[in-house]
Amino acid sequence: MNVVTLSQIQFAATCMFHWIFVPLTLGLSIMTAWMETKYVTTGDETWLRMTKFWGKLFLINFALGVVTGITMEFQFGLNWAEYSRYVGDIFGAPLAIEATLTFFLESVFIGVWIFGWKKISKKVHALSIWLAAIATNLSALFILLANAWMQKPVGFVLRNGRAEMTDFLAVVTNPYGWIKFSHTLLSGYALAAFLIMGVSAWHLLHKNEVNFFTRSFKMAAVWAFVASVIVGISGDFHAVEIARTQPTKFAAMEAQWETKRGVGMNLLLFPDVARECNSVEQVCVPNALSLLAFHDANAEIKGLKSFPPELRPPVTPVFLSFRLMAGLGTFMILASLAGIFLSRRKNFIDNRAFLTLMVFAIPVPYLAEQFGWLVAELGRQPWIVYGVMKTTDAVSKSVTATQVALSLLGFIVLYGLLGAVDIFLLVKYAKKGPDKDLSNLIDMQGRA
Amino acid sequence: MDISIFQITWFVLWSVLWAVYFMLDGFVLGTGFMSTFIAKGDTEKRVLINAVGPVWDGNEVWLLTAGGATFAAFPTTYALMFSNLYSALILLLFALIVRGVSFEFRGKLDGVIWKSLWDKAILVSSFLPALLFGVAFGNIFKGIPMRNDFTSLQFSYDGSLIGLLNPYGLVTGVLFVLLFAVHGSLYIALKTVGELSDRAAAMANKIWPALLVVAVVFLAYTWPATKLYNNYMDVPVLLIIPVIAVVSLLLVKVFAGKNEIGKAFIFSCLTILFVVFTGVTGLFPNMIPSSIDPASNLTIFNSSSSLLTLKIMTVVAAICVPTVICYKIWVYRIFRGRVTSEEVLGNSDAY
Ligand code: HDD
Ligand code: HEM
Ligand code: HEM
Repeated sequence: MNVVTLSQIQFAATCMFHWIFVPLTLGLSIMTAWMETKYVTTGDETWLRMTKFWGKLFLINFALGVVTGITMEFQFGLNWAEYSRYVGDIFGAPLAIEATLTFFLESVFIGVWIFGWKKISKKVHALSIWLAAIATNLSALFILLANAWMQKPVGFVLRNGRAEMTDFLAVVTNPYGWIKFSHTLLSGYALAAFLIMGVSAWHLLHKNEVNFFTRSFKMAAVWAFVASVIVGISGDFHAVEIARTQPTKFAAMEAQWETKRGVGMNLLLFPDVARECNSVEQVCVPNALSLLAFHDANAEIKGLKSFPPELRPPVTPVFLSFRLMAGLGTFMILASLAGIFLSRRKNFIDNRAFLTLMVFAIPVPYLAEQFGWLVAELGRQPWIVYGVMKTTDAVSKSVTATQVALSLLGFIVLYGLLGAVDIFLLVKYAKKGPDKDLSNLIDMQGRA
Repeated sequence: MDISIFQITWFVLWSVLWAVYFMLDGFVLGTGFMSTFIAKGDTEKRVLINAVGPVWDGNEVWLLTAGGATFAAFPTTYALMFSNLYSALILLLFALIVRGVSFEFRGKLDGVIWKSLWDKAILVSSFLPALLFGVAFGNIFKGIPMRNDFTSLQFSYDGSLIGLLNPYGLVTGVLFVLLFAVHGSLYIALKTVGELSDRAAAMANKIWPALLVVAVVFLAYTWPATKLYNNYMDVPVLLIIPVIAVVSLLLVKVFAGKNEIGKAFIFSCLTILFVVFTGVTGLFPNMIPSSIDPASNLTIFNSSSSLLTLKIMTVVAAICVPTVICYKIWVYRIFRGRVTSEEVLGNSDAY
């Protein structure tokens, strides 16, 4: 394999691994902050125990989010040096802002939160988790603005042998980025809420701490439903934006080969790349695709055949990932809605079928997250910056295939081990349930 | 305004970010690998991990910021530095990854094997970055074998991981290790109580002579191995920088000898800051010189971003960096006390 392919595999693997932990961090940080705020305002100790229990899971997960993030920052220079040199004038800025503005805030205040229980007042303690949570969410904004620039490059000229920034405001107000931000952020909230529901359901099945976990479940069900609905809506905005800015990605997502007006949407569909058509096309909703993409039933949609094969992304994986993500998203909306209603019933904890379903639903948003990124990043190929720079031109020239193969092997071994340990610890602490002993916590209550 | 003003500003900021990173992570790395030699038994190990617990991540972010600032302000340097030093930086990265999780994971299970495994992980993953950073900076001071053509945009490099392990690179590596060993031991002495604290102070005193010897070798060897002294010959007042470094280093021993650990630690901070400043002042205006062709040197002028990007980043840095410093000082004040074993044992949130 050559350096480009190996670097792509390495980048994809490390990103996807980072992304196992990040969405939970995004969601659980905010939800933990919410619980602690409830505790501070009501003085109800169940909220404090919730803060502690879910916060512990948050921290175990957070550790791997942090260490795998360092990899991401290094990798642009390590593997994609030509890319970094060519677009660093624009792309470097959001990354540097991310570090100075948000990583400092979150890392410092996470430290205060973990170690400060007995050293600062309740209010300042709650404030510190809010600061960390907000910083985490903001860090997502800047990295996603950087990513959005690769998807829809704006505010630059090609000059002096590179892309130079001409309009910073255009880069930070890139609509693509803000859609991405809302979609991604809320998908993280939904994921965290599903985790809380799933873990709570497991404990309710075992009749542990019924009060504690019913309350957790109820709270999470509302979060999950609201977040999932917004994810669906912003996902639709995303598709509309892509139809306009990245016609090849859109055509691949929908497996649309011919350029036509008034295109319908097939519920059953499967692409056949070799023959440049679909082997299955069933149950067509007339004009639906044109309507969805351009809000006009008669709009023209460009098919893949209008682009030379070397400018098309890998159709089947993009198509499948998109369908799976949207399908799982639909499931999430329905399951969380059911959760809201069922958890308000008196005999909720006897509904073993539903509780079991929710335990098994924990991986669902995780899968949707991964598929989402596959759509975004595979769908952008062969471009690294859409329409501006090809991935094959972006790779480091002084790096050899052997070097990348060895580092990739290292990542697989190291990440494999750490991932296994982290998930083991998460499961262990999730099953263990909240601390019964509150004496440890009461100490700090004296201080207001 | 002329672009060179911003390029120089960013060079200064770039040096400050690296220097502060080494000052802050230096004691975390030092505490990490010295804990093997200073702490006895599980509780003492935990005390040490908890002594760095609240601050290690915040300190590491200085590295991310130094990296990010290089990317935004000097993209060509960022690209060539990382890709040319690929293997060394991958090793560094793996070490930093292991270090980060080992603090978090070690205390999460109670098994003798589990804990001793993570103790070894902490030792190796704290020692390796100290050494590798030193080797990397030694090679940057010396120059690396690269050929860059900034008009046709052709860049090539013919070094290797083994090539970085040249005598000068190794001397710098050992210098960093010893600097951090003393710095970390002083931090332990400052943050703990009783016998543990005394043992750490004694350790700092014991290592210091070795540090002095290596520092002298480094300063002497820099003369033939690098061009760092050229700037000092041109502008002799700059010599104040290495002089401060040396005087601070001597004062470390003076105060450590008198058991005034707080003061010794402050001068150890200054030593690290001024060792880095000594190096980069000698480099200016280069960021990474080429060892084979002066025209290939990466300078702040041929590797920087455009004027607009530099201006924006200047505004960002002017707002963010002072704010960061303020709240970090506040946090260090909250956690200023010493960490005791009772405190660690009685706290379910401790590492
Ligand atoms: C829980 C996770 C989750 C769920 C249920 C959904 N998504 Fe999603 N989606 C993501 C998580 C995600 C993501 C991981 O956050 C992505 C990857 C890149 C991005 O911006 O967000 C994404 C990307 C992404 C993209 C490509 C963005 C790009 O190319 O830049 C589109 C068009 C959609 N989504 C649309 C949808 C639709 C119509 C959904 C229907 C309900 C949906 N998503 C559910
Ligand atoms: C964390 C979530 C992300 C995931 C799971 C992800 C996934 C991927 C995948 C699968 C690829 C490989 C594409 C291929 O091999 O054809 C890739 C490539 C890449 N992505 Fe992402 N990505 C993520 C976020 C980002 C962000 C935020 C950025 C930029 C700020 C980014 C920049 C890149 C770059 C530079 C490449 C390499 C070049 C290329 O193959 O196009 N990614 N990513
Ligand atoms: C591929 C590009 C990416 C890069 C270069 C990157 C960089 C980093 C770095 C350096 C850290 C460690 C920060 C620390 O030590 O505190 C980190 C962690 C994190 N990143 Fe990523 N990241 C990438 C993808 C993403 C994406 C797409 C998001 C969000 C949408 C994201 C959000 C986070 C969050 C929430 C954390 C958790 C821990 C923390 O920030 O400290 N990252 N990332």
